[in-house]
Amino acid sequence: MRKTILLIGLLLSFNTFAAPPQELLKQYEVQAKQEHSAFTGFSAEKGATFFKTERVHSDGKNVSCATCHTADPRNQGKTRANKVIEPMAPIVNPKRFTDAAKVEKWFGRNCKDVLERACTAQEKGDYISYMLSIK
Amino acid sequence: MKKWMQLLLLLTSVSSTSALLASGGMEEGGRSMPVESNAKWAAECSSCHMLYHPGLLPERSWHKMMSGLDKHFGENASLDATTQKEITAFLALNSADKQDNRRAKRINQSIPANSTPLRITETRYFTSKHDEVSANTFKRKSIGSASNCVACHKNAEKGDFSESQIKIPR
Ligand code: HEC
Ligand code: HEC
Ligand code: HEC
Repeated sequence: MRKTILLIGLLLSFNTFAAPPQELLKQYEVQAKQEHSAFTGFSAEKGATFFKTERVHSDGKNVSCATCHTADPRNQGKTRANKVIEPMAPIVNPKRFTDAAKVEKWFGRNCKDVLERACTAQEKGDYISYMLSIK
Repeated sequence: MKKWMQLLLLLTSVSSTSALLASGGMEEGGRSMPVESNAKWAAECSSCHMLYHPGLLPERSWHKMMSGLDKHFGENASLDATTQKEITAFLALNSADKQDNRRAKRINQSIPANSTPLRITETRYFTSKHDEVSANTFKRKSIGSASNCVACHKNAEKGDFSESQIKIPR
């Protein structure tokens, strides 16, 4: 009994802290299948388009994910308040997409800021696939 | 009535200047706001901008700000309920009207009782301290805006705005 609890605790802590991005992608895949039975997989190409495509926000300004994260995810970005944002691509910033709670928090905020709606699991998976494809 | 208040203001400023002279310097004693910390506050409130010391705004301002994080200066900065509660309590406890510190008290006194500013940069205290810094200076690429205190006050996150630590970048 003790051992199982310990094991569960260990597994949980692995899950919430440093899990590789592939783990997160699997979770999004499960969600994406629930959202769309016709799900066929994630696409780095679609993720790239999603990242760069600008839309007109209801406040009149043009925004995209690249507005803050810059067009090349290997570069440092900048917030509206002039603070540096470390690069999004795991090849230069291995901490990215390893903390599920953090990733969900920022998808939650940034999708609402840019798209004025939540992102779908498909969009999140495409986005992460794109970031992982960058060499 | 107005004249009366002006006189009072003059008297308080004269007496505080002499208190300052008596204390023998600009920085020592009570000028720098005490370093307070809370891990959640430090992590969550520093990802988009510098960490603003809780002593820079009164409790009512922090309460108002923390209850509208989904529309925080045009951005979504929302938090889960537990984290939001913890940070609000920390900010309230160390706010400008709760600190026994000269600078925090001055900030608090510069805010009319019927107003609840969300920006430090809009308080009369801030504008009077920076009336010699031009709008163009604040807009420099190395600075960005007046809100970016750390660009000029390198110890701003610790609540230290002492004059000997000020350096305006090019
Ligand atoms: C207004 C500026 C801004 C915009 C626009 C923006 N982001 Fe972000 N993003 C940030 C900041 C700030 C962080 C947190 C700082 C950090 O992690 O370095 C962040 C972090 C993230 C993270 C966390 C990744 C991790 O593992 O650390 C994800 C995911 C993310 N953003 C996705 C997006 C997506 C998707 C879009 C477009 C829909 C977008 N962002 C647009 C500012 C922005
Ligand atoms: C998602 C990004 C984001 C996060 C997270 C965030 N802020 Fe902000 N905050 C902003 C932006 C954008 C501004 C406006 C900056 C400007 O106008 O230059 C701002 C401005 C402020 C100001 C006013 C500064 C001034 O001009 O006097 C205060 C105070 C502030 N934030 C406190 C907080 C606190 C406390 C937290 C944590 C609960 C927090 N912020 C988290 C984006 C954020
Ligand atoms: C462009 C650089 C710059 C920025 C940005 C800036 N300040 Fe200042 N600040 C100054 C200068 C210069 C002075 C000194 C003015 C003087 O002595 O005439 C000053 C003075 C002060 C003082 C009074 C110091 C004293 O003991 O007399 C305080 C307090 C202060 N600033 C707080 C802030 C806060 C809070 C912010 C951010 C919300 C900020 N400043 C942003 C340049 C800046």
